[in-house]
Amino acid sequence: MSENNSVVTENLVKQFGGQATEFAGEISVMIAVEKFADAARAIHDEFKFDLMSSMTAVDYWPEENPRFHLVYRFTSIANRQSLNVRVPIAAYAPTAPTLETIYHNANWQEREVFDMFGIQFLGHSDMRRILMPHDWEGHPLRKDYPLGYEEPQFSFNFDEIDVRKPYAKNRRGE
Amino acid sequence: MAQIEEVTLDGMTHLVSDRALQGETMLLNMGPQHPSTHGVLRLLLELDGETVLAAIPDIGFLHTGVEKNMEAKTYQKAEVMTDRLDYMNTVGNNLAYCLAVEKLIGLDVPLRAQALRVILAELKRISSHMVWLGTSALDLAAMSDFMYCFREREMILDILELVSGQRMMTTYIRPGGVWRDVPVEFEAAVRNLLKILPNRIDQYESLLTKNPLFIDRTVGIGKISAEDAVNWGLTGATLRGSGVNYDLRKFAPYSGYEQYDFEVPVRIEGDVRARYLVRIAEMRQSIRIIQQALDKLPMGPVRSNNYKFVPPPRSEIGNSMEALIHHFKYWTEGFNAPKGSVYSAVESPRGELGVYLESDGGPKPFRVHFRTPSFDNLQVLPVLAKGFLVADLVAIIGSVDIVLGDIDR
Repeated sequence: MSENNSVVTENLVKQFGGQATEFAGEISVMIAVEKFADAARAIHDEFKFDLMSSMTAVDYWPEENPRFHLVYRFTSIANRQSLNVRVPIAAYAPTAPTLETIYHNANWQEREVFDMFGIQFLGHSDMRRILMPHDWEGHPLRKDYPLGYEEPQFSFNFDEIDVRKPYAKNRRGE
Repeated sequence: MAQIEEVTLDGMTHLVSDRALQGETMLLNMGPQHPSTHGVLRLLLELDGETVLAAIPDIGFLHTGVEKNMEAKTYQKAEVMTDRLDYMNTVGNNLAYCLAVEKLIGLDVPLRAQALRVILAELKRISSHMVWLGTSALDLAAMSDFMYCFREREMILDILELVSGQRMMTTYIRPGGVWRDVPVEFEAAVRNLLKILPNRIDQYESLLTKNPLFIDRTVGIGKISAEDAVNWGLTGATLRGSGVNYDLRKFAPYSGYEQYDFEVPVRIEGDVRARYLVRIAEMRQSIRIIQQALDKLPMGPVRSNNYKFVPPPRSEIGNSMEALIHHFKYWTEGFNAPKGSVYSAVESPRGELGVYLESDGGPKPFRVHFRTPSFDNLQVLPVLAKGFLVADLVAIIGSVDIVLGDIDR
């Protein structure tokens, strides 16, 4: 596979006003979230990236704007190319367009990002938690979610957890 | 104090048909303690008689927060957690993670270490396929293959124990090379295995491939077209069984795979049997790769000598002050990686195992994400199973070859 996708990145930047950066031989294109739905359609139809290899998010807390980056990796099996796309998302009420209708496997991938980062995908058919229990509070992979001193939530230790995790209580509206 | 909630269908009514809500069709819970789900997978099935109308997978029972935990560990210590993802392919997980770290810091790996990585990864691929073959045949009531497969798998685990001291969670591959050189008995043990394996694979096949019962249970079951398979993000043998030639060992060769002569088995049928035949053929190709790698196994060091990123050998610590400093710094602070992000992927027995690694310039990964093949491969199950019988569903789950540790992470 070649990382030689300069034509694709050039066209993407030209059409959707992105910004290309390079690190360790990989080119990433930054695309604004407003234009991302159209860009993804073009990536699939026009540039023939038929496989969405991977999708995830990164949290840059305490940065506010953007707080999150969605990180996509598309692969074109026929053209032996791959493409990295990053989509910045602001901290307040984070939302992004869903790619479910373009790449079917975005369904679960986006559910995972929602579960772990709390980013809502607009137009998603099934926006439920996927890995954590359905009544879990908080989004574990956010950087302001504590790693240590975290007991599993059971019915008898809620008060104890409330002391260490006040935001969980606030969210319950008590 | 919160009450324990009763689980209801409330959040999932959009996933089943109206007939289920009126009680015309049956909703049945399968798993998470069902032997045919290959781990702790729960399926909510909507059935009309014995026909599956909808299958809703419920995952997360093995979620251990590996990605979050790795953010709190230095690069070399976080590697230990990668073994626990896909516990059938521990060596491959290590390899994927180490390739990502090496790409991030720009570290070269000696040729001998690369060849050893290939040999072990292919051994592990064979052993993973043996577990798949044994268990998925067991689901279809073919008991004896299970026993034979686990007999040979034990030999592979013995080799892993020989080189690393551990049967499964080896962590033998490290950033910059491998832990230490293989013992002298290694070559003979692998050659012995290579001598008997082709015969044994013939034996497995003789029990299944032309068995009329097995053919009845697998031909035409769980079909998916090439276009759909790619769109659903399938990879590995599940994709190649649908006629798409996508194997990362050829597509984006890593660790010196480009120098070995092997074929990528592809079938066009796209059903359970096609996936079975692809995996059987893959085992034979893996044997070819190991044979070649062993024949031209180069001599030399097995770890990079860049002691900023790789611990110096024990023998040097007593004689060299720099080595002692490097050793101390390495195991206390770790090493700083340049700020940036990389994606590196390997072909695991189940498909594309990708590692997204982001660094903020410090000694711990800022973000690690594993693109695990089983996660995407399981997602397609409702599509594959629709319209088939419950007994076929079991065959389909087996043919997709999921590992729940890989899915839940």
